[in-house]
Amino acid sequence: MDGLAHQIVAGIATGGIYASVALAIVMIYQATHHVNFAQGEMATLSTFIAWSMIQAGMPYWVAFFGTIVVSFAIGVVVERILIRPVANAPVLTMVGVFIGLLLIIGNATGWIFGYTTKVFPSPFASDRPLFGGLVSAHELGSTLVTLAVLTLVWAFFRFTRLGLAMRAAAYNPRSARLVGIRVGWMLALGWGMAAAIGAVAGMMVAPVVFLDPTMMLGILLYAFAGALMGGIDNPAGAVLGGFSVGVLENLAGAYVVGTELKLTVALAIIIGVLVVRPSGLFGRVVLSRV
Amino acid sequence: MSASKGLNPEAAIGPIAAPVATPAWQRGLYLLIGLCLAIAPLFLLESFHLFQLTMAVIMALAVLGLNIVCGYNGQISLGHGAFFAVGAYATAILMSHFDWSFWATLPVSAVVCGIIGYGIGFPALRLAGHYLALTTFSLAVAVPQILKHKSIEDWTGGVQGLFLVKPDPPAGLPLSPDQWMYVVTLIVAGVCFLLAWNLIRSRIGRALIATRDNPTAAEAMGMNIASLKTRAFAVSAMITGIAGSLSAVAIEFVAPDSFSIFVSITLFVGMVVGGVASILGSLFGGLFVLFVPNIAEAISKAAPGVIYGVILILFLFLLPGGFAGLIRSIGHRLRSRS
Repeated sequence: MDGLAHQIVAGIATGGIYASVALAIVMIYQATHHVNFAQGEMATLSTFIAWSMIQAGMPYWVAFFGTIVVSFAIGVVVERILIRPVANAPVLTMVGVFIGLLLIIGNATGWIFGYTTKVFPSPFASDRPLFGGLVSAHELGSTLVTLAVLTLVWAFFRFTRLGLAMRAAAYNPRSARLVGIRVGWMLALGWGMAAAIGAVAGMMVAPVVFLDPTMMLGILLYAFAGALMGGIDNPAGAVLGGFSVGVLENLAGAYVVGTELKLTVALAIIIGVLVVRPSGLFGRVVLSRV
Repeated sequence: MSASKGLNPEAAIGPIAAPVATPAWQRGLYLLIGLCLAIAPLFLLESFHLFQLTMAVIMALAVLGLNIVCGYNGQISLGHGAFFAVGAYATAILMSHFDWSFWATLPVSAVVCGIIGYGIGFPALRLAGHYLALTTFSLAVAVPQILKHKSIEDWTGGVQGLFLVKPDPPAGLPLSPDQWMYVVTLIVAGVCFLLAWNLIRSRIGRALIATRDNPTAAEAMGMNIASLKTRAFAVSAMITGIAGSLSAVAIEFVAPDSFSIFVSITLFVGMVVGGVASILGSLFGGLFVLFVPNIAEAISKAAPGVIYGVILILFLFLLPGGFAGLIRSIGHRLRSRS
């Protein structure tokens, strides 16, 4: 029973990471109806930036917030330069641009920082097991950070004028433009925020999986699964989906398929959701008139 | 989202110029030139470069497979590396465990890949555009892990993979195994290209293109979209699987880690750069994905990836028709001048 409880708790901790990346994906999907295949690579790059800041002698939290700012800027720049010119292009072009972005960022990261696996420090290092060994300090800390980020994002969209403007721009770009919202900049802002959220997820997961240029590939898959499970147009659903995928993955890994087939679990979840209920658990069913 | 984004918002890829009919004598001439160009390296190149050219033709064949489902039928797949892997493993397992000859494994590999492609085509029916790209992307990411799994280790050789041997040249022909491999590849690829060419220019080919450009209208004209799409997937998987079989014997080795997501991405890049919805473009794509990384690798280990990405985006922005589109527009210009 202890084992089961521990698996669930560990699943919630990793689920928080998936939830963050899923939220980043959903934010971009909601605004532009595109799935960002490069989200994982962008988060890895951010984590490497944090790593070099820490190596340069900065205190952890300074590097943490510094990275968020830098990642936000990278997200905005990427949207302005690469995504905006093809905003109305066919799907194939968009997918191609995202794949190009994935290739460039992923390989540039390897080029600059090397392919050797690096140890990333955790700000919650403590040797003392908490709650009778049920949860490690890092698991607890990273879950709290994730929850704080999710709460902040929710509050931003719920209570600020800018958040409302961004929601309007995503929901109905034309009407939003007519009431004076600069839709283009709202999309860029959304990209920046998604990149920043991804950066937090990267920094929280790096102490667990260790830092290397391909670190986020598997995590991106789980995030996809989480986002789809909760409904790809529903941020709250995606977060819930991310947490459930984390728990499911851990339980399946521990009791059903073993650790070697964990990625296949994500694949099975993705196919299962898309075939049985393409709109996800909490998504809107979209009907289109032909 | 606004609905007025051009002619048909459902179409997965942009409008592509219809092929211009060329006179028969011209086609014959091109074919002859192409044949000479294909055979000449056999006598001109030393074995390493011949091996590279063999791999380029194999990649071209794999790109052709992707082009049928993606370029001509508009179903975006980022997971064709999975079919490439299945084809390679089918041949490797039959050759190393059952001592089959290479030629005998080809139909088996084609049938296995066709069935798997057909199977994947079914959920793909419900997933248009991004969802299909996402699902096939996930499939490609998961492939190495599945190949490594313990339950099939006896067959696949696990992480170590399987070793096999190139087919021997038939007695009497004064060819080295590398030269013979090139000939074998040329023959197989030639047949597949010819079949694909005929398929695209047939009734079914036109139906595939119609389904891509406007599924609603195509359905109203009496086309069975579901059957067309699943069959396109099956044929496409078959061709890419055959390419995988060829690559297994050309390299004489298969291992799970050589079938990572980057095989699929490479094929996708090859398709876009060579020319979406172009048979000839697939050939350019194959040459591109094999030779450009070789040149780029001289700069750095990571350089090919970065250069790939940059070239991919540049092509999408500036030359969405790829090499084939470029050649087509040059041809148009020359013709209109004379």
